[in-house]
Amino acid sequence: MRKIAIYGKGGIGKSTTTQNTVAALAEMGKRVMVVGCDPKADSTRLLLGGLAQKTVLDTLREEGEDVELEDVRKKGYSGTLCTESGGPEPGVGCAGRGIITSINLLEQLGAYADSNDLDYVFYDVLGDVVCGGFAMPIREGKAQEIYIVVSGEMMAMYAANNICKGIVKFAEAGGVRLGGLICNSRKVDNELEMIQALAGKLGTQMIHFVPRDNMVQRAEINRKTVIDYDAEHPQAQEYRSLAKKIDANEMRVIPTPLEIEELETLLIDYGIAA
Amino acid sequence: MTDPAKITDLKVCSLSHPDPEKIKQELIGKYPTKVARKRAKQIVVKRVEDEDKVPQIGANVRTVPGLIGQRGCCYAGCKGVVLGPTRDIVNITHGPIGCGFYSWLTRRNQTDADAGPDGANFMPYCFSTDMQDEEIIFGGEKKLKQAIREAYDNFKPKAIAVFATCPVGLIGDDIHSVCREMKAELGINVFGFSCEGYKGVSQSAGHHIANNGIFTHVIGTDDAVPEGKFKINLLGEYNIGGDAFEIERIFDACGFTLVSTFSGNSGIDDFARSHTADVNLVMCHRSINYVAEMMETKYGLPWIKVNFIGAEATAKSLRKMAAYFEDDALIARVEQVIAAELPAVETIRAQILPRTQGKRAMLFVGGARAHHYQELFKELGMSTVSAGYEFGHRDDYEGRKVLPDIKIDADSRNIEELQVQADPTQYEPRKTAAALQRLAAKGIKFAEYDGMMPAMTNGSLVIDDISQFETDLIIERFKPDIFCAGIKEKYSVQKHGIPLKQLHSYDYGGPYAGFKGAINFYKDIERMVNSRVWQYLKSPWQKNPELAATYAWQ
Repeated sequence: MRKIAIYGKGGIGKSTTTQNTVAALAEMGKRVMVVGCDPKADSTRLLLGGLAQKTVLDTLREEGEDVELEDVRKKGYSGTLCTESGGPEPGVGCAGRGIITSINLLEQLGAYADSNDLDYVFYDVLGDVVCGGFAMPIREGKAQEIYIVVSGEMMAMYAANNICKGIVKFAEAGGVRLGGLICNSRKVDNELEMIQALAGKLGTQMIHFVPRDNMVQRAEINRKTVIDYDAEHPQAQEYRSLAKKIDANEMRVIPTPLEIEELETLLIDYGIAA
Repeated sequence: MTDPAKITDLKVCSLSHPDPEKIKQELIGKYPTKVARKRAKQIVVKRVEDEDKVPQIGANVRTVPGLIGQRGCCYAGCKGVVLGPTRDIVNITHGPIGCGFYSWLTRRNQTDADAGPDGANFMPYCFSTDMQDEEIIFGGEKKLKQAIREAYDNFKPKAIAVFATCPVGLIGDDIHSVCREMKAELGINVFGFSCEGYKGVSQSAGHHIANNGIFTHVIGTDDAVPEGKFKINLLGEYNIGGDAFEIERIFDACGFTLVSTFSGNSGIDDFARSHTADVNLVMCHRSINYVAEMMETKYGLPWIKVNFIGAEATAKSLRKMAAYFEDDALIARVEQVIAAELPAVETIRAQILPRTQGKRAMLFVGGARAHHYQELFKELGMSTVSAGYEFGHRDDYEGRKVLPDIKIDADSRNIEELQVQADPTQYEPRKTAAALQRLAAKGIKFAEYDGMMPAMTNGSLVIDDISQFETDLIIERFKPDIFCAGIKEKYSVQKHGIPLKQLHSYDYGGPYAGFKGAINFYKDIERMVNSRVWQYLKSPWQKNPELAATYAWQ
């Protein structure tokens, strides 16, 4: 079983990319579980065809100690297993602590057990690694492989670099490694070259360049992944090739985060100056 | 009849012990350079150069991680120390259960449950929201509201106070908005303290936060002036072991009207009208000087430092109070009370003195007690060879005259400093400028505290925020006859064969304040320093092995 965490700046398209990739993997016949680590609980919406999922934390709150795995894990598109950690409303409580509690509970309920016969577990984690709780999926060997969704925008690259700092910290203690950057295009000038250069500096690869296409939006409005909504569309092919590349990926590195000046130079060299 | 002045005529005991400067070098010699530099500022040998010049000491700074210290947390200072002893406020700890439980009456604060108008006494109860994982994740405001409602329904208190613990600060529960909402809903005073344990460098931060809260939400909310002449407030007295009862007995005998104590044997109604008193008397300067200062600015009450620990100190404080009111009848009555009380004290003291004279004490406690209790030891003919505060500031050691020179660091800035102004309607200066001058000429110092160091013998060792290592070492070197600290230090000190008197809780004893308290203290200390039990600490075979042998190869 490969355990993969997807990180990246807020709004970059982590959940969309994750679910489309998962759908492609499922299409390939892989057994995949998705663990949404976002209090908004929208990491499995496209796989489940809506926000039908009751979150782990809500269930724990309502049912008390008596929680069954079936209560918090639903079957989605093509046999994918979907769970959502859930968490507090914005501005209240501690979402990070919620993720820790939720992942611990899933483990105790046997969500990761061999009997599940899983090929992949995907953790879709909210935004930046702002505190210890959001680092939970990469601590203690929970996820071994990380992909960072990034675009050619400055702040997205800055966030990716920051996440790499978090990975370095946990890579030394545990076994977590960076698998690569996924460029979710924002149609920024020289985006492909810039992200490739960033990947190079970080000591990793740009595993795939996902072009921007409105089909993604259309599928989302219909609560579906592109693969589910329009299997023949070129964008569906893009996610299939991303899934294939991840499936075949052997490259796992401890990244080498950049100094902020270095990052800005990169932007000037490839962005404005080019 | 005994001359009241006689007690002061004690010979100051000579300090026959190793050179304190050498000990200081030995203490800091073990530390890494940076730590040694820091501790060197906090370990000072007392020397008086000019009339009133004492050495500068480092205080109210962070404890070095790794050193085992004595300090408590901000929450302990706010809830445990300042607000804990008040009987009719329901004090709810918002946090996991341990914080509430372990700050519950551990200081042996007593109260007279029948003293309030409605007989309300919530001190025997421990109120906590008992936060669980669920409240940490989803926020604890709802549970806090529920706790406040439940407390109100069950006990119908006049006021409810809420105390924030560490996790509350981390997850950002807005306890103050909850308190405002509940105040509106229930129609009683509900107020909160953001006294998360991690704030500040010691419990001292919590005292300040408690002072700010009680000043903002309670003091001055009832303008009804209590009946009686010579109205006083006693600040920084927490009725440990019944101290306040003894002090109140003496006040009654002298004819003072006690409006409010902060906060031993107190009720919230007393706090609410405390601004109507004529003067504030400050016992523990560290924990309550903020309220004294703010009340002076807002309501016009001056404050004077007093000390009721020690018979002589008590007499001196009573005379100071009588002098403040400039009333001949009061002055005469105070003299009568002193004259009536002192002979009994003096009789016991004379009996005990031969058995305590020349013995040596160490005091490492609080922000006032390490100073005040030196008075009692002096009366027993005992010297204080070393003393220090757990959480005192420089002014508690060197006197308030150093206040302008104290560097405000980032830790102190984190604690709110209230901006107070004279109240447009409630401000009323109690004394004219001329009267204040007249009293100053008589030697009454207003808003003054000279600190601990001037009262200590030259050559004594003053150690701020003492560590376990330092404690062990000075005990080894000085071999004191008694050590005064708290429960955390008690057993490790006793393992040295030195008795330890807890001055946070008085162990099982007290009161020690006032005249009767002095007698209690004399007796307890005499018993402790002459106990033969400590000589049996070493087993006979440790002292005289029955068998002696050498290894074959020797």
